[in-house]
Amino acid sequence: MAAINRDDVAHLARLAHIEMSAEELDRMAGELAVIVDSVKSVSEAAGDDVPATSHPIPLTNVFREDVVGHTFTAEQALSGAPDAYEGRFKVPAILDEG
Amino acid sequence: MTDATLSFEEAMEKYDPVLGFEVHVELNTKTKMFSSAPNVFGDEPNTNVNEVDLGMPGVLPVVNRTAIESSIKIGLALNCKIAETCRFARKNYFYPDTPKNFQTSQYDEPIAYDGYLDIELSDGTVFRVEIERAHMEEDAGKLTHMGGAAGRIQGADYSLVDYNRSGVPLVEIVTKPIEGAGSRAPELAKAYVAAVREIVKNLGVSDAKMERGNVRCDANVSLRPHGRERFGIRSETKNVNSLRAVEHAVRYEIQRHAAVLDSGEPVIQETRHWHEDTRSTTSGRPKSDADDYRYFPEPDLVPIVASREWVEELRATLPEPPAARRKRLQADWGYSDLEFRDVVNAGVMDEIEETIAAGATATVARKWWMGEIVGRAKNADVDPGQLGVAPATIVELNKMVEDGKINNKMATEVLDGVLAGEGTPAEIVEKRGLAVVSDDGPLLEAIDAALAAQPGVVDKIRGGKIQAIGAIVGGVMKATRGQADAGRVRELILERLGVEG
Repeated sequence: MAAINRDDVAHLARLAHIEMSAEELDRMAGELAVIVDSVKSVSEAAGDDVPATSHPIPLTNVFREDVVGHTFTAEQALSGAPDAYEGRFKVPAILDEG
Repeated sequence: MTDATLSFEEAMEKYDPVLGFEVHVELNTKTKMFSSAPNVFGDEPNTNVNEVDLGMPGVLPVVNRTAIESSIKIGLALNCKIAETCRFARKNYFYPDTPKNFQTSQYDEPIAYDGYLDIELSDGTVFRVEIERAHMEEDAGKLTHMGGAAGRIQGADYSLVDYNRSGVPLVEIVTKPIEGAGSRAPELAKAYVAAVREIVKNLGVSDAKMERGNVRCDANVSLRPHGRERFGIRSETKNVNSLRAVEHAVRYEIQRHAAVLDSGEPVIQETRHWHEDTRSTTSGRPKSDADDYRYFPEPDLVPIVASREWVEELRATLPEPPAARRKRLQADWGYSDLEFRDVVNAGVMDEIEETIAAGATATVARKWWMGEIVGRAKNADVDPGQLGVAPATIVELNKMVEDGKINNKMATEVLDGVLAGEGTPAEIVEKRGLAVVSDDGPLLEAIDAALAAQPGVVDKIRGGKIQAIGAIVGGVMKATRGQADAGRVRELILERLGVEG
């Protein structure tokens, strides 16, 4: 696994919409490097015969039947919205994303 | 700014197009992919949502079993392999159409992969399109951009969000690069999307209404000089949402790419927005590091295991494939190869089937759809099925003609009235005063006048030249401004003259 440098952290912070100061970037680059190293140790311990784990419990096929359950009213749905208009969430215009 | 384009013919002379499609199919399950909120189109905004669809903290998604089964059916109908095990992943991005800041999708483990679809072109040529994968995901909310230029994102002041569509189950079908279509690329594009739409509709897993966004197509186009193996740089035209638009968008992008390449510039890899009004695309945004979605396995969902028994059970429920269905329908309806191909190419096979189911004969249904409606749809620049003629309307119109209430000429006038929103055929006949004159009194007056006006013709008829009657019938029709039933007029004339027809 490649080491994590300060530029990687800045890139991730931008993707995750987290504002970080220069000091925080320096500190986080160091901390994440330790975490990546730790994961590397685990990867070394698990041989090629051990499949990657995405879930700690060996469960599969947890399904729900296709039956309609509860819904919110528009008022309930919008109750926590910073801004709303005519039953819809109102958000700033977004020009260069998506 | 308008982009330069070459003529399609010149573009084809110089370059070889390579296509690729991502078709999103909305499933018609009763509930959403991961929540029990209803999957219903057109309701009041933000009423078909619950805490899962709104991405509230701490909620847990649960997979809809029917959505999985529908996805497997789509995979099977596309001749795909069905993954023994697969899982969901988070696709991380910030955009107000997804309140969770990630879309739950499938990444490296699609439920179906390695399939193909044989596409029949208008002249009967069969072209095989390879399917890379079909994976499950959830739809996003609907944004409406307000202010600025009408409804476009550019210059908008703010956007309004309705999350009713958020979490609606989607299957995204991705093709492998399609090579070798040449100048038939636009036609193939349309035929491919039509075939996918037909398949999911036939399976009953989607309402498949393109005008409602049930089937949406992103079209990838790139060009390369003839003889070169390496692909050119592609553009991806988003949300091309009618069959005609798919054909036009691919054609336009080929012409635009050709002009860019001719100018010596590289094509920019970017998304393009399709504009139906100008039949052109405009630049969306270039691919950038914002496309780093940092996929990772969705920790709130466990893997899906599709046992072979389950897959076979589902395979056994698959309906007759559309190609087989076409063969059967042609035989049932007694259409010639040419007639049937015309019907298919005009895109009215389903409409004719529905019209026959509503009570019309195969001949009557074809006469109306091919003879009247297809032409009107072309003039109105919409798909025939979207023109607004219900099968029941055709049955009603035809019955009026058969009952002698109106004649064929009036029937087409009534059809125009229906399309203009004037009401039902019966109401329009009434309002426009179109009923055939069936009271014999006024007819007989007109007949007597016509007979008196053409004594020479009368002599001929009496003398046995029955075919001369056309002149008298014509006179009567003229006098009644076309409102008489010509068959009845003929009968009455013969009766009047005491001649056997």
